[in-house]
Amino acid sequence: MEHYLSLFIASVFVENMALAFFLGICTFIAVSKKVSSAFGLGIAVSVVLVITVPVNNLILTYLLDEGALTWTGISGAENIDLAFLGYLSYIGVIAAIVQILEMFLDKYVPVLYNALGVFLPLITVNCAILGATLFMSERSYNFGESVVYGFGSGVGWALAITALAGIREKLKYSDVPGSLQDWASPSSPWV
Amino acid sequence: MAETTPKGVLTTPIFKNNPIALQILGICSALAVTSSMSVSLVMTLAVIFVTAFSSMFISLIRNHIPSSIRIIVQMTIIASLVIVVDQILKAYAYEISKQLSVFVGLIITNCIVMGRAEGFAMSNTPGLSFLDGIGNGLGYGFILMVVSFIRELFGSGSVFGFTVLAPVQDGGWYVPNGLFLLPPSAFFIIGLLIWVLRTLNPEQIEENEFKMKENTQPKEAV
Repeated sequence: MEHYLSLFIASVFVENMALAFFLGICTFIAVSKKVSSAFGLGIAVSVVLVITVPVNNLILTYLLDEGALTWTGISGAENIDLAFLGYLSYIGVIAAIVQILEMFLDKYVPVLYNALGVFLPLITVNCAILGATLFMSERSYNFGESVVYGFGSGVGWALAITALAGIREKLKYSDVPGSLQDWASPSSPWV
Repeated sequence: MAETTPKGVLTTPIFKNNPIALQILGICSALAVTSSMSVSLVMTLAVIFVTAFSSMFISLIRNHIPSSIRIIVQMTIIASLVIVVDQILKAYAYEISKQLSVFVGLIITNCIVMGRAEGFAMSNTPGLSFLDGIGNGLGYGFILMVVSFIRELFGSGSVFGFTVLAPVQDGGWYVPNGLFLLPPSAFFIIGLLIWVLRTLNPEQIEENEFKMKENTQPKEAV
């Protein structure tokens, strides 16, 4: 239990996808203008991560890894190593799950669907999603760990983008600090 | 972007319409892999290869892809090419492929590759798309090499692994600036590069989102 808890904390804070590995920066910068849509996207990314990382973990353990096909009982299956197909299967799973999520949101949560608009299909190409899967396979997490890791990195990414959106929204609507106001005047030489 | 001559598609992405500096695509890997020049060079070659061939293949079958599943088809082509790159790197440049770790795989989700596939290859002939892929790969590589040159020179005092500024810990005089080895420094350098490029090409400067009235006092403006 303790192990899972420390993995969760590490993936949320220490190894934050956006702030420590700079993954998913494109959407991180593009969708952080409003807290509400940033939060929605954060939730969507978390949902996709928490599904895709364990699913990809299962695919890796039972289909692709060296000797993973032994359970099928085919003769010589323990020598088959399909690990090189990893990228192709991971991205296929991610693309499919994002598509399903898009249809689900369109039907049941149209408000969020409209708010996320063009960025929903872009979750497919969000580096954070594929990155989490690749880190999972590189560090050879087991199934339980991959659930925790997927959830943790999703929460971390969501927290980071919400925080950035909060700062940007606050900056946009607040006054220029008093000591800087003369700098910002159109007649000042700095503008 | 009406440039559809072979020379135009090859050269405009390098300075005039640079994918990183103007379109701000592919930033993730630009931040992560630029701390040493040799790694950046390998990354550049890999991206040029993937962008050029994925654009060409997608353009070849563009009239047969149903538009509802086009993203998945594009991803499949790109992922297959990245697998080829990854296997070649593991076979011939194992050390560098270890340093790049997950970032070879992340070429799949590099916005430049997808952006060119979706924005150019889907509506142009295979030959032009191939050149466009090479051009955009070069534009990406140009920024990558400049950033990694600055970061490696100031961060560890070397260029391509050869010591130029002898660092203090080896008995030299140069105190390496550790900040340049951290990813945020790439942010600053890319920002400064964008500034330089936009000063040279004023037409790239974006319009102000909000405009203050002429001669407004700052207190009235808020």
